[in-house]
Amino acid sequence: MRKREKMYTISAIVEHKPGVLYSVSNMFRRRDFNIESISVGAAEQKDLARMIITINGDERTVEQVVKQMNKLIDVVKVSILDPESTVARELALVKVNTLEARVRSDVINYTEIFKGHVVDVAHDSLIVEITGDSEKINAFIDLMRSFGVKEIARTGITALSRGMRSVRME
Amino acid sequence: MAEMNGAQALVESLRKQKADVIFGIPGGALIPVYDVLYESDIRHILMRHEQCAAHAADGYARASGRVGVCMATSGPGATNLVTGITNAYMDSSPIIAFTGQVDTYSANTSYMIGRDAFQEADIIGITTPITKCNFLVRSAEEIPRTVKSAFYIASSGRPGPVVVDVPRNTQTESADMDFSDNIEFRGYRPNYEPHPLQVERAVRLLLNAERPIIVAGGGVILSGASGELLALAELLLAPVATTLMGKGCIPENHPLSLGMLGMHGTIASNSLVPEADVLLAVGMRFSDRTTGDVNEFCPDGKIIHVDIDSSEIGKNIRPDVPIVAGAKRTLQAIHDRLVESFKKKERSLWLSRIQEMKKQQEEMVKSERGLKPPRLLAELRKILPEEAIMTTEVGQNQMWAALYLKAYKPRTFITSGGLGTMGFGFPAAIGAKVACPDVPVVDVAGDGSFIMTEQDLASSVIGKIPVTVMVLNNSVLGMVAQWQRLFYGRRYSGVDLGGIPDFVKLAEAFGAQGVRVGSLEEFVKAMKMAIKSDVTTVIDVPISSEDNVFPMVPPGGAINKIIKG
Repeated sequence: MRKREKMYTISAIVEHKPGVLYSVSNMFRRRDFNIESISVGAAEQKDLARMIITINGDERTVEQVVKQMNKLIDVVKVSILDPESTVARELALVKVNTLEARVRSDVINYTEIFKGHVVDVAHDSLIVEITGDSEKINAFIDLMRSFGVKEIARTGITALSRGMRSVRME
Repeated sequence: MAEMNGAQALVESLRKQKADVIFGIPGGALIPVYDVLYESDIRHILMRHEQCAAHAADGYARASGRVGVCMATSGPGATNLVTGITNAYMDSSPIIAFTGQVDTYSANTSYMIGRDAFQEADIIGITTPITKCNFLVRSAEEIPRTVKSAFYIASSGRPGPVVVDVPRNTQTESADMDFSDNIEFRGYRPNYEPHPLQVERAVRLLLNAERPIIVAGGGVILSGASGELLALAELLLAPVATTLMGKGCIPENHPLSLGMLGMHGTIASNSLVPEADVLLAVGMRFSDRTTGDVNEFCPDGKIIHVDIDSSEIGKNIRPDVPIVAGAKRTLQAIHDRLVESFKKKERSLWLSRIQEMKKQQEEMVKSERGLKPPRLLAELRKILPEEAIMTTEVGQNQMWAALYLKAYKPRTFITSGGLGTMGFGFPAAIGAKVACPDVPVVDVAGDGSFIMTEQDLASSVIGKIPVTVMVLNNSVLGMVAQWQRLFYGRRYSGVDLGGIPDFVKLAEAFGAQGVRVGSLEEFVKAMKMAIKSDVTTVIDVPISSEDNVFPMVPPGGAINKIIKG
């Protein structure tokens, strides 16, 4: 009996030190919240990192997630990003089988259409780097499946609020 | 700044925090700290199981309002603390657990963190979900700052346990120690002051309430808000129900006190809360044992929820007015605003309903004959002075005590509420007695619970910490047996304790006193002797294994659908 679920993107500023990712992800597990994707990296300020977490859930669940995150001592600030005013991007590396020359040129053509880059060329495969929102990446991967995808590595979504709106330490 | 080793810095930091007692057990990874304790003025109480060290620190914290400190070595010492730490976490009790750890760096690289060295356990990983915060010390000079942080975090905001894991090499290495460091946490700034607009909204609801009720939890005791609570209740003529953790925040002989609410709540609390039109919930978290069926809990009432932990607000019940702030300041602010415009109303209907419900509850005790727990506990209350501290184990003994052993002052009723840890009451009594050596401390126990931590009779006898254990001995795991009797057709599975041990002989084997009583008169006599004795006393009180705790609400049911017996 799941209530109206949708995808939410949470942006959190956390202390950049060992154990913080564990305490955040462990809280999600402990409270039975499911992480769809998570990406972490250094933030604009020294000693702080930004975590972008996407979760599927109803509004009340997501509010509770934010409260539980805020409760963690090493979490400095948490916000739910408004999809209307957020730039969200994901990067994927896709290794495609290209045994035939025709396939190889098709893959290169599609890569150009999707504004991706070929970043590695081998005798029998190419690696394509592609960025965009998740739908775009899903669409590209679906296309590549017809040629034979050998490996996929995706970063998960990272995101920032547009313009003046910011999630940062004052 | 001063040059010293990490172990010295740790003990010095404890002194600076005015910690006067440590409950602990040493071990290989903690010997440098114990070497410093050898000539320190901090009292060390050698417990006989690390779980008891944590519970004793917890009991000390609850009785005194100060941070309790426990200590255990790496590996099994640390993992034995886990139940005690979880217990403190669930009940928001400020304790600090110091654990030894294998080296972070060593010439002997097989004795290092991450190499599965002897007695290595990942206690930071294990305790992350059961602590407010934990720290792994990475170098000796971090110790003063880390200890200061641990005390600050444990005792501020919503209190809770903190683990400090201290690798052995950081205890022995020397550094120039700075004890003056200011500590600040970008992600932790507890807010005690209520928002004036939210206070205003709460006041407006309370001004117009016909049937107001206050539900007070452990947060009222933690924030020292009993006086404010009583002032507000008396101004509003609002009755006060408490959660198990809130017991003692209002004197239970006060006309407005309804007693405990919930699964084993009093008839008064459980009947009246669902009838309220405005419910002021303060320092409580709407746990399942308190609410029963949440939809029937207070269906027509407006709910004001005050808690310092924002994650509790809206978690189980969505309030009409949420207030994230300390109980003390909020009750004060509501009171001060109400005094201006409040005219005492005639609420004679509501007040007479309260008196009628309270009478029903009292009649349940009067009808008791023989060695029945409600009667025994009522007698115990008569013997004990107001400020005596009562702890409980978990199960029937606990619910009988919650119902029939009245608490008159905050911090005098100490029980494992959230986690429900059997074996908690006895070591907690030891901790409470250390905190308050001048008042009698009595653990209301069952035989099933007491056997779980009875080995610490040794620490109470050798440590000269006299407490009284009153064993309501029914030879079964009574609460499970009660559920099996009521809901599982008397199929008593796995609950028969076989009538052993002989608690009198057991007590005597440890150098404590043991007394078995066969009548109410003998019980009264033994208890009067025990609370004056300078040695721990175990009073074995045989009761029927068929006794049930009533009133009771079947699990998940509406709280006013009460089984009275």
